[in-house]
Amino acid sequence: MAVLTYRDALTQALREELQRDDRVFLMGEEVAQYNGAYKVSKGLLDEFGPMRIVDTPITELGFAGVGVGAAMVGLRPIVEFMTWNFALLALDEVVNAAAKMHYMSGGQYKMPMVFRGPNGAALQLSAQHSQAWESWLAHIPGLKVCTPGTPADAKGLLKSAIRDDNPVVFLEGEMLYNVKGEVPEGEHIIPIGVAELKREGDHCSVITHGKMVLVAMRVADDLAKEGINIDVVDLRTVRPMDVEAISRSVQKTNRAVVLEEGWEICGMGSQVVDFIQRECFDDLDAPVLRVHQEDVPMPYAKNLERAAKPDAGKTIAAIRKVMYLD
Amino acid sequence: MATKVVMEALSPTMEEGRLVKWNKNEGDQVKSGDVLAEVETDKAVMELVARGDGVLRKRLANEGDASPVGTLIAVIAGADENIDSIVASAGAASAPATAPAQPAQAAQGTEAGSAPSEAPAPPQQKAPTQAPSAPPRPTPPAPPRPPSAPPAPPRGNGASRPAPAGGGRQRSSPLARRLATEKGIHLGAIQGTGPGGRIVKRDIENAKAAGVAAGPSAAAERLATEGDFKDVPLTQIRKTIARRLAESNGPVPTFFLTAEFDATRAAELRTQLLEMGEEYKVSFNDIVIRAVALALAEHPEVNAHWLGDKIRHFNRIHVAMAVAVEDGLITPVLFDADRMTLWDISGKARDLAKRARERKLLPEEYTGSTFSVSNLGMFGIDQFTAIINPPEAGILAIGGVEEKPIVADGQLEVRQRMRVTMSCDHRVIDGATGAKFLQTVRRYIENPLSLII
Repeated sequence: MAVLTYRDALTQALREELQRDDRVFLMGEEVAQYNGAYKVSKGLLDEFGPMRIVDTPITELGFAGVGVGAAMVGLRPIVEFMTWNFALLALDEVVNAAAKMHYMSGGQYKMPMVFRGPNGAALQLSAQHSQAWESWLAHIPGLKVCTPGTPADAKGLLKSAIRDDNPVVFLEGEMLYNVKGEVPEGEHIIPIGVAELKREGDHCSVITHGKMVLVAMRVADDLAKEGINIDVVDLRTVRPMDVEAISRSVQKTNRAVVLEEGWEICGMGSQVVDFIQRECFDDLDAPVLRVHQEDVPMPYAKNLERAAKPDAGKTIAAIRKVMYLD
Repeated sequence: MATKVVMEALSPTMEEGRLVKWNKNEGDQVKSGDVLAEVETDKAVMELVARGDGVLRKRLANEGDASPVGTLIAVIAGADENIDSIVASAGAASAPATAPAQPAQAAQGTEAGSAPSEAPAPPQQKAPTQAPSAPPRPTPPAPPRPPSAPPAPPRGNGASRPAPAGGGRQRSSPLARRLATEKGIHLGAIQGTGPGGRIVKRDIENAKAAGVAAGPSAAAERLATEGDFKDVPLTQIRKTIARRLAESNGPVPTFFLTAEFDATRAAELRTQLLEMGEEYKVSFNDIVIRAVALALAEHPEVNAHWLGDKIRHFNRIHVAMAVAVEDGLITPVLFDADRMTLWDISGKARDLAKRARERKLLPEEYTGSTFSVSNLGMFGIDQFTAIINPPEAGILAIGGVEEKPIVADGQLEVRQRMRVTMSCDHRVIDGATGAKFLQTVRRYIENPLSLII
């Protein structure tokens, strides 16, 4: 199996889907001539031409709306946001147009489109450009929200997202673009809404998604040296959420830590904990703990940024606590 | 790794414990399971055991000190391990063993985001506006610790709460409760090792492994076993009786039935038994308990609990006997008393009474009764009324046996007489029901050979 970067896995998915269906096209800032701010669309302009790979002005609300209109008339647009921090400007089209069109038209209009781009903090991009938006977007009925954490999942989920007749929010990790992993060739499809048990253990469940999957895997390696074996449940899609996968794991381990990149209040983890307390009440031996970004705008200073982010140390501390080891 | 020894909740209602005696000295090597100290709970003197291996490095409570549940009272650690921070944490968090719980409560209140109490102290004034943005924080604060860091020094607020300020409710995880039910383990018989004495999965597993309190030794379990009782739905008339009588007479509408039994033959039996040897010695109390147990078997409607929405008639007979102890009374239980011989009852009653006075009864030995007997005859009381122990439906108060002139068959005779008064919960027992029960008790007392065969 080929080892690809997360970035190349996404490019591969885009290329395959652009080849497969000529209604699919990509639009966004710098996606064509510049090959994408993060080079996800590298080479696509040469292969598919300017009608399929479209550079837009710096107008998030405008081109997101163009995408909605294109989807309404039967095309399958992929709208790239240079980062999801800029997508705030386009939220009216995402939330009020794309997410509701099928519902409010009584089913007359499908909305087969993808909004994609990097999400979450990178390094020292400061408060305005270091934010994880999945809980905002997963809040909205009518949207599906994918958060792949590995190259293989990135490819498989993007192909599913492009083929889906509903608007799909696709959150990539800026720090993940260079991460490498094995990626199956060709028709590799990961269904939306199916989690994966990325590591198996009996002692504690760590439920996570997106970039934090890497952190959880590192935690699993570290704790294995102490004889502590954890389940790493990678949600992969946060809406719809694979509740059964969560339940299966927690019913086995009797304890859970929910790890996410974003803030605590109304974060993705709140929803996971809610599922757990309802579905696994009689299986819990300890309160469920969450690990998340500290409740502050992301600091610019390197040391403060590190302190504000969720990391392996905080995750290990939470795991030890729910296992009553401290 | 250091093990903190905390005052554990050794009874279901314990809020603090008094350290009666240290069994280990500082410097002693201890293993998990060793008895570290004897602790007096609100009910009994119990053993506090070590939950880790090492050296008992520091004792933080003195003999005689009372400490709230959850208070750090000792530290077990490696011989040269640094325990300064742990010892210091005891001083900060909960040091004076007798300190009231208010500081902890206040801290918790603020931490939980609730507005500060009435005191409008300037430093606290900002708390209400800060509260919504400063929620309790389950994860430890930054900076992160490397994974290989040594055991955590005490963390900030909320990381590990000391005593459950709020009361003696026994804490247990949902899983622990489920496992206890499945394995037939009575939670009251287990000491929790989780935060604040919470019973967690490992405690159930340890209890199961140790055979502690499994199955029938747990009183509650005993009573809950399917087939050992019959629930009787309340008829309308029963509901009306219950409601009207409770309105009239407090929550337990009680009435009293007094009867005088002839105890002459019982006294003779006692004397004859004693002549056979000390090992045959029985007390009047034993005779009454045996008679009551056999009578209860014939009158299950008296061997009952009032459960609010139904009456539960028990098929098994667990008779509690009131025992006076130094500063109160306790009611140890003779389980399945109808299946015990007079001598079984005598031996068991003596043992229970002795251990009750020494405060050595286990919780499951004084809970789970279906009927009670109280005897003040030895104090020269010839008749009294006893208070029902809810949810039981009745209690029999026994007066002393004394010689009285009696007219029998037109002849004046001197007989040994005993007066008993039964307190009945009228919601469960009607006058005639109670009277018939007392008739049966009389039959047994006045024909004591039936108690032996």
